Amino acid sequence: MADLRSDFVGIKSPNPFWLASAPPTDKEYNVRRAYEAGWGGVVWKTLGIDPHVVNVNGPRYGAIYGADRRLLGLNNIELITDRPLEVNLQEIKAVKRDYPDHAMIVSLMVPCEEEPWKFILPQVEDTGADGVELNFGCPHGMSERGMGAAVGQVPEYIEMVTRWVKAATRMPVIVKLTPNITDIRQPAEAAMRGGADAVSLINTINSITSVDLDLFAPEPTIDGKGAHGGYCGPAVKPIALNMVAEIARDPALSRMPISGIGGVTTWRDAAEFLALGAGNVQVCTAAMTYGFKVVQEMISGLSEYMDEKGMTSVDELVRRAVPNVTDWNQLNLNYIAKAKINQDLCISCGRCFAACEDTSHQAIAMSEDRTFSVIDEECVACNLCVNVCPVENCITMEAMTPGTTDPRTGKVVQTEYANWTTHPNNPAAAAAE
Amino acid sequence: MSQKVFEPGIAAGRLDADAYAAQFSDLHPPLDVHEALVAADRCYFCHDAPCITACPTDIDIPLFIRQIATGTPDAAAKTILSQNILGGMCARVCPTEQLCEQACVREIAEGKPVKIGELQRFATDHLQQQGKHPFVRADVTGKRVAVVGAGPAGLSCAHRLAMLGHDVVVHDARPKPGGLNEYGIATYKTPDGFAQAEVDWLLQIGGITMKNGSSLGADITLDALRNDYDAVFLAIGLGGVNALGTEGEDKVGVRDAVDFIADLRQADDVAAVPIGRDVVVIGGGMTAIDAAVQAKLLGAMNVTLVYRRGRDRMNASVFEQDLAASKGVRIITHAEPIAVIGNGAVREIEFEYVDDNLVGSGQMLRLAADQVFKAIGQTLQGDALPALEGRKIRVDGTGRTSVQSVWAGGDCASGGDDLTVTAVAEGRDAALDIHMVLVG
Repeated sequence: MADLRSDFVGIKSPNPFWLASAPPTDKEYNVRRAYEAGWGGVVWKTLGIDPHVVNVNGPRYGAIYGADRRLLGLNNIELITDRPLEVNLQEIKAVKRDYPDHAMIVSLMVPCEEEPWKFILPQVEDTGADGVELNFGCPHGMSERGMGAAVGQVPEYIEMVTRWVKAATRMPVIVKLTPNITDIRQPAEAAMRGGADAVSLINTINSITSVDLDLFAPEPTIDGKGAHGGYCGPAVKPIALNMVAEIARDPALSRMPISGIGGVTTWRDAAEFLALGAGNVQVCTAAMTYGFKVVQEMISGLSEYMDEKGMTSVDELVRRAVPNVTDWNQLNLNYIAKAKINQDLCISCGRCFAACEDTSHQAIAMSEDRTFSVIDEECVACNLCVNVCPVENCITMEAMTPGTTDPRTGKVVQTEYANWTTHPNNPAAAAAE
Repeated sequence: MSQKVFEPGIAAGRLDADAYAAQFSDLHPPLDVHEALVAADRCYFCHDAPCITACPTDIDIPLFIRQIATGTPDAAAKTILSQNILGGMCARVCPTEQLCEQACVREIAEGKPVKIGELQRFATDHLQQQGKHPFVRADVTGKRVAVVGAGPAGLSCAHRLAMLGHDVVVHDARPKPGGLNEYGIATYKTPDGFAQAEVDWLLQIGGITMKNGSSLGADITLDALRNDYDAVFLAIGLGGVNALGTEGEDKVGVRDAVDFIADLRQADDVAAVPIGRDVVVIGGGMTAIDAAVQAKLLGAMNVTLVYRRGRDRMNASVFEQDLAASKGVRIITHAEPIAVIGNGAVREIEFEYVDDNLVGSGQMLRLAADQVFKAIGQTLQGDALPALEGRKIRVDGTGRTSVQSVWAGGDCASGGDDLTVTAVAEGRDAALDIHMVLVG
């Protein structure tokens, strides 16, 4: 079994799976059981300055479902901890004392002034916690009060607060970023300028999960009204992966450690985040859906994968895919592929035909006996048929061999790499000489 | 276990009183909402879907399943019923494993088709249990059509004609409408008075007058109907039953399976229906299976179904054969009845083993029997009918017979399998043709 031990900005944990700051990490009772279940670390649910906040007493969550009520996306309007600061601090201290080898990060959100930070940080440090995470991401409720995403959406504030925090504590500081911005690199760079040890992302995305078509109110509905919440769960993973990659591949940010968050549900999701540049991952919705035990699959799965790949430490996986993330204009336009349908696997549902015929390139033929075949003269290898086919590996994209002729264009497939920057159709293409 | 199980002869109440309800409850309990959503989600929404092609009534199955999946079962029901007005009954009795579900691409891929029949029932039940009728009549045309036979073909034809604005009078020889739906299908396939409820629901369209106890030949004649109406649709089914032609066939305890099935369907209390201790059913079709299974459910100790050919030649589907086996029915093939033995009442029945070409082997088999059900096919009955093709009324693709202004469909007509769903399709298509002839 691969060694999954993790060292993230000096914070050690038995594995790279942390529970994100959220209801699962709200109290001692849960965090102890989370560690026992196998979680390598937790980010304690965000602390604030007393008097503590209050939560709504109606529904706090809304959901998007797939087949068989499989939860694909979750939205919440819960605020930061609604328990007194002292209670949380005592519990954190007690848990950390009993679990010295597990990571204990404390999420913080206090008003955007230096004094409250100077007030709370020493108290957190006194618990023996391994680090703090600055919650600049929470998109609902707290942002109306000038905290959370209200800070995270203004790079100057991020930099300023991060600097205050770094000045007030010796603990590693992780800045948690909101995705509700246009360019994730801006807040990440601000955190770096402020001296952050790492960034974590993504926090939740502004969302309304659904509308009650009888009440004409957004869900979750509190006494007939609804407010936007923060969206998370498997549905947000692609957005999170892209933002992680944007930071990981930015030369100006490439040394910034990343704690990857956003829809991590299985070991494979976690491995993908790691490959795109995250040093570890944080999980919430999967635990909220399936309970703490879900981490055991993540541990066994990542371990098995690393063994198969001959990787002996998590760091060998981190950033492995980053060099292959590029801009569109760097993609090889001389690479030519064609869809190929495996007739032995085909079950003749015809979905590829409907998709291609109605919405793409009319490149699939259907015979009287429901045999579906690709018309190479029309196929642009768009991949839609692969995406809609219900049978795995039935349709594949096969690269054409250089030297052969693409029947669609009549041109010989070239060996040489050539991208848009040099393409004759590009008015901005560099002159050959 | 009741001691009455062992009692020889034909007796009622062989089981404990409370056992009957369970024995004759729904064969497939209806899907609940969540089960339906899960089942619906398995549909791939195939292009030009094979299941539609396989359905004799061409129901747009992927569309109705998607309508279920998106929480609109009444819209799904309308999709079904617009093609097949008896979609509720067909959902219960169709041999789906030979039709839509056999064609389902998931049957090919995984051996587990989408549960099309059960989903169809979910949708149609949802609509019909609210008493909603989703169709309205067109403006009245003033044309009058007589339908003879209130079975699936007749009801389907009558409804479509009424919907198109014609006035329809349906004659049926039996006391209740429904035909085989009411009298000829196993109780556990359509319990709780579903057949009558469906007829009542169907008649909500308006414009249909039911005349029960009105028999062609005895009470009405085809000539008179032709004079009185603009068109006639014959859906008289197969009223006769084939005889064994065997020595001793008239002994007490030997009867037609269709009568046994009808009696059971009409019984207020199934416990009061007498059944033999040792029952033998002769035949290989759905009627034989329905009789054999229900004999077992009534508490017969030994039920044997004997068919003269191999299993592969049985008209009963593999599903039905397996159902019978699971209920404890013993199936013997390649045996032909030779003699019914007994002093007044049947005591034994003797068979000879035969090969695939029905050539006798000289090897004999005797089975104890205090009740024998004959289920070796039904025949067309009646005089002065349009020209026949073989033993059925000859029709063209839209149900036209050799007689001007007379159409026919269902089991009495040539072409098509003798299935409820086929009868519904034939009735509907004849109605469309009649409409075209009457109003152009």
